[in-house]
Amino acid sequence: MSPIIRVENLTHIYSAGTPFEVAPLDRISLEIKKGEFYAIVGATGSGKSTLVQHFNGLLTPATGRVWACGVDIADKKARRGLWRKVGLVFQHPEQQFFEETVFEDVAFGPRNMGLSKDEVRKRVIWALKQVGLDPELAERQSPFQLSGGNMRRAAIAGVLALKPEVLVLDEPTAGLDPRGRRQLLDHIENYRREHHSTIVLVTHNMEEVAARAQRVAVLHEGRLALQGTPREIFKRAGELRAMGLDIPVPAELMRQLRGAGIPVRAGVLTNNEAEEEIARVIGGEAGTRRVE
Amino acid sequence: MSLGKDLDKAKVNMAEGPGSPPAPPDVMIQVKDLAYIYGKGHPGETTGLAGVSLEIRRGEYVAVAGPNGSGKSTLARHFNALLLPSGGQVLVDGLDTSLPENVWEIRRRVGMVFQNPDNQIVSTLVEEDVAFGAENLGVPPPEVRERVEEALALTGLTGFRQHAPHLLSGGQKQRLALAGVLAMRPSCLVLDEPGAMLDPAGRRELLETLQRLNRTRGVTVIHITQLMEDAARAGRIIVMSAGKIALDGTPAEVFARAGQIEELGLDLPAPAEINRGLKRRGFIMPGVPLTASDLVQMIKMINKHT
Repeated sequence: MSPIIRVENLTHIYSAGTPFEVAPLDRISLEIKKGEFYAIVGATGSGKSTLVQHFNGLLTPATGRVWACGVDIADKKARRGLWRKVGLVFQHPEQQFFEETVFEDVAFGPRNMGLSKDEVRKRVIWALKQVGLDPELAERQSPFQLSGGNMRRAAIAGVLALKPEVLVLDEPTAGLDPRGRRQLLDHIENYRREHHSTIVLVTHNMEEVAARAQRVAVLHEGRLALQGTPREIFKRAGELRAMGLDIPVPAELMRQLRGAGIPVRAGVLTNNEAEEEIARVIGGEAGTRRVE
Repeated sequence: MSLGKDLDKAKVNMAEGPGSPPAPPDVMIQVKDLAYIYGKGHPGETTGLAGVSLEIRRGEYVAVAGPNGSGKSTLARHFNALLLPSGGQVLVDGLDTSLPENVWEIRRRVGMVFQNPDNQIVSTLVEEDVAFGAENLGVPPPEVRERVEEALALTGLTGFRQHAPHLLSGGQKQRLALAGVLAMRPSCLVLDEPGAMLDPAGRRELLETLQRLNRTRGVTVIHITQLMEDAARAGRIIVMSAGKIALDGTPAEVFARAGQIEELGLDLPAPAEINRGLKRRGFIMPGVPLTASDLVQMIKMINKHT
């Protein structure tokens, strides 16, 4: 199947000509498949946000090429309709609101798509429900009255309302409580499954990557340092730490257990997997028997 | 040089009035029946805090956890008079936050660090940024220099003094914000989700810096966080829910209440959650492990006996 996002030898230089010239992106090539849940991780300043802003043409390549939904983003004409196919939710949603009510704010995108009044309304209600916001309340509330977590949800609803083929989320769960993080990612995962959409998740949270992503790209100083499944990537604890990242706590636990001479296997990523593996090793048969 | 030394010199106006005996000298923050209502008297008024009482002692490291909207930030903003009580009272070092004449002194003693490091940068040079707050307090220039040196060293930024703040990493920026607050020599630090936007290394650096300040300098740390692994590192955790205190105890005590933690929409730290699963499978696990190495120790013990 042809990729929905294709990046070929992309380089992006900013603050060019100053003593602090940095190349946030340096010859990156990658492909994201249609329907995939793809994560991008990397330390602050590694180029993650710069990279994803190329996916809908907000930034255009200095050198190299980027295709999104079959469109070459260097093509000005073709790029014009891309905003509705590749939805981008930024890090600071509070900076993106401008309407008087949450409802109106979410309606902005679909209205600009030229949909009928009824259809806009339907989409807004659907999108608000998708992220767990109350549509009725949204008609009365100003987006600026919302808590940090609900602001995040409203911003995501605004992009979901476009029903994009690709949904790009830059740190969507930062500052949310644990249940909020889980629910939001569940909503996003549901949207992916129901609409065969592609999710690109930029995150600092390694547990989220372990639990949700099918593949993950690791950026380091503007380069694509590693790419693979979470299981492949999180085997490389030393490399990841050297790049300012980490491995999920259950994987770290397994590492320490092996260090202590307890023969648990590698490749464990989640709490459930860790529990199972520890039970297997220390309990044998008895360990797998549930005591009710 | 101790960060708290100025406290001894400062005159402490104990709150007066019936029903408010002076706080004991080792109490940093005392909160009595604190209520806060947003938009009081307006149609959309909502309760932020509904009767909170607590005491934080000098030198404590307290994490404040709780779901979004539970009142964590509202509570923290009362600790340096950014918000004033709708009901009840907050005493900082015995100073009543509701008295306007105390506000300046309270803000000098309680420094705040917020979530977004980019919003806290004021200068184009790291050392100037660190000096800003202290200069505003009217500290004489030679002493400002001394304080800046110390704050840079404490936050591990000495090598960056001539750098432009906006080119620092997220973790470095957050430590820069912290250094600026430290140069004001506060006896208490309040941090409102300082790690939420940091990468794992930045979070680790920040946490280590806070623990060092607490241990070696006796700075009181109040750390609001949504990250249970970070909360587990504190000496005490206060869990907020719907404007009230739901749980208050050591991390081991708080995370032993797994059912309640789950109901509140929070998580256990991964090692405690794995431990809970093992218990359900019938393993006898002694205590609540808070870190991976805690759990490794426990498993080593069990493994010997089987």
